[in-house]
Amino acid sequence: MAELSLVEAVNRALAYEMAVDESVLLLGEDIGVNGGVFRATNGLQARFGRERVIDTPLAEGAIAGVAVGMAAMGLKPVAEIQFTGFIYPTIDQMINHASRLRNRTRGRLTCPMVLRSPYGAGIHAPEHHSESPEALFAHMPGLRVVIPSSPARAYGLLLAAMRDPDPVVFLEPTRLYRLFKQEVADDGESLPLDACFLSREGKDATLVAWGAMMQETLAAADALEREGVDVEVIDVATIKPLDVETILRSVEKTGRCVIIHEAPRTAGFGAEIAAEIAERALFSLLAPVKRVAAYDVVVPLSRLERQYIPSVDRIVDAVRSVMEGP
Amino acid sequence: MGIHTSVDPETDTIRFLSPDGALCRPMPSSVSDELLLSLYRAMTRARIFDGKAIALQRTGQLGTFASALGQEAVGVGAAAAMAARDVLAPSYRDHAAQFMRGMTMAECLLYWGGDERGSDFARSRLDFPNCVPVATQVAHAVGAAHAFKLRREDRAVVTFVGDGGTANGGFYEALNMAGVWKSPVVIVINNNGWAISTPRALESAAATLAQKGVAVGVEGRQVDGNDVAAVYDTVRQAIDKARAGQGPTLIEALTYRLGDHTTADDATRYRDADLVRREWAREPIARLRAYLIREGAWSEDKEAALQQQCLEEVGQAVSAYLATQPAGSDAMFDHLYATLPPAYDYQRETARRFAPGGGGGHG
Repeated sequence: MAELSLVEAVNRALAYEMAVDESVLLLGEDIGVNGGVFRATNGLQARFGRERVIDTPLAEGAIAGVAVGMAAMGLKPVAEIQFTGFIYPTIDQMINHASRLRNRTRGRLTCPMVLRSPYGAGIHAPEHHSESPEALFAHMPGLRVVIPSSPARAYGLLLAAMRDPDPVVFLEPTRLYRLFKQEVADDGESLPLDACFLSREGKDATLVAWGAMMQETLAAADALEREGVDVEVIDVATIKPLDVETILRSVEKTGRCVIIHEAPRTAGFGAEIAAEIAERALFSLLAPVKRVAAYDVVVPLSRLERQYIPSVDRIVDAVRSVMEGP
Repeated sequence: MGIHTSVDPETDTIRFLSPDGALCRPMPSSVSDELLLSLYRAMTRARIFDGKAIALQRTGQLGTFASALGQEAVGVGAAAAMAARDVLAPSYRDHAAQFMRGMTMAECLLYWGGDERGSDFARSRLDFPNCVPVATQVAHAVGAAHAFKLRREDRAVVTFVGDGGTANGGFYEALNMAGVWKSPVVIVINNNGWAISTPRALESAAATLAQKGVAVGVEGRQVDGNDVAAVYDTVRQAIDKARAGQGPTLIEALTYRLGDHTTADDATRYRDADLVRREWAREPIARLRAYLIREGAWSEDKEAALQQQCLEEVGQAVSAYLATQPAGSDAMFDHLYATLPPAYDYQRETARRFAPGGGGGHG
């Protein structure tokens, strides 16, 4: 078993699937000779050839559009968008075609594509490189939105995304690409989509997070433990469709919930989770549900980005307040 | 055939039949009288269908419908040049082509009548469904063509886009990619002069739309889109070229939208009726009929029999369409994903509970 960073795990998953399934191909900007700006596709063109690892023209809308066409004809394209700030031109193709081709044709044509993109803030990148637009995609019926929080989850979830018969938006937290390494067996074993992961068991409060925010959330859990507060941590992993049952089971046990995300607060995906809890588990609650999210502001340039990303202190503060009750 | 630096509409427009049906240059060897007769029948069939569809909409029996009146030669000519194994990525005004591919009239009516089952074509199962978001289908065509190229399959893709669509970024991006990849794709611009109320002159300052290919290294050709022989022969050559690995072709077919944009539009608000009357003198069906009669290949009797046959066929399709019961509420969920995620169970149940007659029922 090898120690892999998250970006290396992405690379291994892509390589594994390309080796076992010749219908898988990669396309995107600078992914070939250069191996991608984050090196997620490093070495793959040399190994699998220019026909299966395609350097495209700089046109994100067409990257998504040709992926739809390829997928409809039986290929499994994995398209890379260089940064999520450049993902918006794909929205036309994702909402109007990728997500609904199966439905529009009553299953005659399908769209088994993956749209990968580095995602989120925290690496001192230039403007338009730090967005967290998962809620935009989660609002599109027919899509899956998957966000890994560790090298092992990136490996297993990306394999599952490539094997899924429907389109998947796979958002890879840039902040985690090289933050830490983890033992990952390159054995082709996928992890389940549409399922939350219980990352830490606890009895006092439920913390719900995904992607890079799992770092701050788990750190907050450690800090709270030192204060005698025993929290449960759920890694949502698949934002859409949401495995709400796992969250409800936990909230029914703990009676308290704090939802943490890096995207802006208003109409962020945390609102959806909070609404589900309000509808289905209100009477299990001992305190109001709290959200710890980015402010409803434009992602700041690098000097302020640490104040934008919800901090461990903010999470701890929110948990303390729900522990105090209403 | 080299790539021109421009496409000159005075000298480069491909045309065999003049508007009065006279030959302006010899018919190409690929076009026999027998072929022309089949194209004539197909155009007539599409036009009779078109008229009936509008009548159904006007009487509340069909939703909004996009007529192809006057543009039949573009769809029929291009689709006739395709092999069954090729793939069509249509716009939303291409039923004349889709009928050639085997889409039934009942399927077409179901689609415009508000039922997704109309896009579950019984034949040409790999053809894309209608594409409403303008120009987004061009990328699908390029992607599909690239799939065929990678798998070394002897197939090409034909897509249609309107003159308005060529102003859209999606058109340029996909055309550019097709050029780089030498994709086996034929992009046919159905230049009918109008994007709803916006005339061709307000869509682009380019002298021709065909020359938009020049900038991205894609051969552009301009063809009289009301001359079905010219459309057929030009698309045939482009498909042969695509199959031979020589890349994409952009074909601008000059035609005219004799009808409204759709049944929801009223073109008299923005278009001079005299202009439309003049364009009727150039329309594709009368033009070919005049030629065929002069050739001795067509007659009034044959015309009457064809009209009768088409009316009967359309009538049967209308009956089949009107007899199709609406799908139950489950149809909204059945094809959203390969397997409906459990997160949807509650919503599907709710839809069933509130559906007229209790819901359920697949479709």
